[in-house]
Amino acid sequence: MLKLHPNYGFNTLAVHSGSAPDPATGARTFPIYQTAAYVFDDADHAASLYNLQSPGFIYSRLSNPTVAALEEKLATLEGGRGGTATSSGHAAEIIALFPLMAPGMEVIVADKLYGGTINLMGKSFQKFGWKAIFVDTEDPESFQSAITDKTRAIFIENLANPGGIVTDLEEIVKIANGAGVPLIVDNTLATPFLSQPLEWGADIVVHSTTKYLSGQGNALGGIVIDSGNFPWLGNPKYPSLSSPSAEYNGLIFSETFGDLAYTMYNHAVSLRDLGCTQSPMNAWLTLNGVETLPLRMERHCSNGLAMAEFLEKHQNVEWVSHAGLKSSPYFKLGKKYFPNGTGSLFSFGVKGGYESGIKLLESVELFSHVANLGDTRSLILHPSSTTHRQLTKDQQIASGAGPEVVRLSVGIECVEDLIADIDQALNNLR
Amino acid sequence: MPDSFIVNHDNYTDNYIRDILRSVHSIAIVGASINWKRPSNFVMKYLIQKGYRVIPVNKNSVGDQIYGQNIYPDLSSVKETVDMVDIFRPSKEAPQLVENSILIGVKVFWMQLELRNDRAAKIAEDAGVKVVMNRCPKIEYARLFGELGWSGFNTGVISVKKRRT
Ligand SMILES: Cc1ncc(COP(=O)(O)O)c(C=O)c1O
Repeated sequence: MLKLHPNYGFNTLAVHSGSAPDPATGARTFPIYQTAAYVFDDADHAASLYNLQSPGFIYSRLSNPTVAALEEKLATLEGGRGGTATSSGHAAEIIALFPLMAPGMEVIVADKLYGGTINLMGKSFQKFGWKAIFVDTEDPESFQSAITDKTRAIFIENLANPGGIVTDLEEIVKIANGAGVPLIVDNTLATPFLSQPLEWGADIVVHSTTKYLSGQGNALGGIVIDSGNFPWLGNPKYPSLSSPSAEYNGLIFSETFGDLAYTMYNHAVSLRDLGCTQSPMNAWLTLNGVETLPLRMERHCSNGLAMAEFLEKHQNVEWVSHAGLKSSPYFKLGKKYFPNGTGSLFSFGVKGGYESGIKLLESVELFSHVANLGDTRSLILHPSSTTHRQLTKDQQIASGAGPEVVRLSVGIECVEDLIADIDQALNNLR
Repeated sequence: MPDSFIVNHDNYTDNYIRDILRSVHSIAIVGASINWKRPSNFVMKYLIQKGYRVIPVNKNSVGDQIYGQNIYPDLSSVKETVDMVDIFRPSKEAPQLVENSILIGVKVFWMQLELRNDRAAKIAEDAGVKVVMNRCPKIEYARLFGELGWSGFNTGVISVKKRRT
């Protein structure tokens, strides 16, 4: 694990970083600044803020005190230089790429991803003229052969959807370094408690904070975290950061802000213009959520693994895909990149196919039938009858969502209660 | 040389930087630009706002002023006490600038982002002058005294005290 702070460890930082007592009131829990705009001291102060000569608040589309507290907390926990919070995980993916891409440019994207990300990058990005080149998560060589002079970034999930898949991060880092492009890692399923992609040499981390970070299924949000290590200065591939910015009087972000450049740009340009800012209320819920992240993740991981081990032995289960199982092809990579556990999202195949899948989710009593993950509550999903139902059967199978597939996001309840519930539902199938 | 003086120039402690920023009052900026869009001009404006006395030095702009301060051609021409020198000049000029700084009795020699010269640092430290390299005093001030957190940056500052505003 990265050394995040000279004096303090992860759990201490999860509680304290970013959220010191409110400087205005001394309020101990960081307050919700439910505020849109901030007064200027005088005309010169206003000019300093607009010219980016001084840090400060202008308008909450660009930055807000509560949102900034969350940004600092998560940047700290990932070992990054700075963070940009967004309205959702999807918005984080767009904001992460915004300083890097331009019409006609390409991003190399791993194929084992949250389905929504595949849609966003494969289809909607075309409207920006951004081209996503999909490659095989499990085959680093496929990343290498997709590199062109138009490549501007590589995007992967670390612990990948639909659960149980581990990406060989070090191999992809080598390819990104060789190509001179930043590697962006979606660390949603692992959280910084289980893995810090920057430690392995990734450049940028994104999250859907909607999941384990907020942790209770109550706040949409996302974040982009920058390592501060990528050499933007003088780099012609990234003119947003390396050439004079007309709207800021010819300022060059990488020259004026050094290793803060990418995060400065994301507030001063990306959020200012695209407007997909996180709300103070959601940032506040997530700030509180992150304080208990270490405790929750330990329980999520132990419950998830116990459930996977139970299912693997059940007569009505065909297979279980969980990187913590010795039978998993990802077991070794899992131990390397996720020594403290591989999360609680995984899938399994139920005997009897589609009908059994439907019957199972109708007979469980503690698992909520929900298209989400990373909640305190245990969640169950049958992709082929919900998220993947528009696809043909062949497409479903190719994307890991065949008729027999059931996905679980195991919560933090008593694991024996969860196992008993799944057991009765599985036994009920015959 | 006392132990406390051995500084790791790859990784300064927050206390080292904080002590410097708290102890100096007057700062000469070598390479200060009259063009308000340049980083040196940003730094000057910010440090003045924070209450420092800032003295611009730039041999190409003698006779001009920046934020009401006369520009000096070189450090030896400055007619007042200088606590710290901050340079916006290429690293290779640092040894000479250190010599000039020692002559006028500065306590801190600071080199901006992307600048580093270990030979210059050694000369300065042997003369009892503290050195900071590859950092920006504006960013460090903002980071250590709370303002950088406003922009979502990792300040490394952990505190259970109410910060003075
Ligand atoms: C790995 C991953 N990335 C991104 C997203 C998108 O995040 P959001 O729903 O917050 O937009 C999700 C889930 O929805 C996800 O699971």
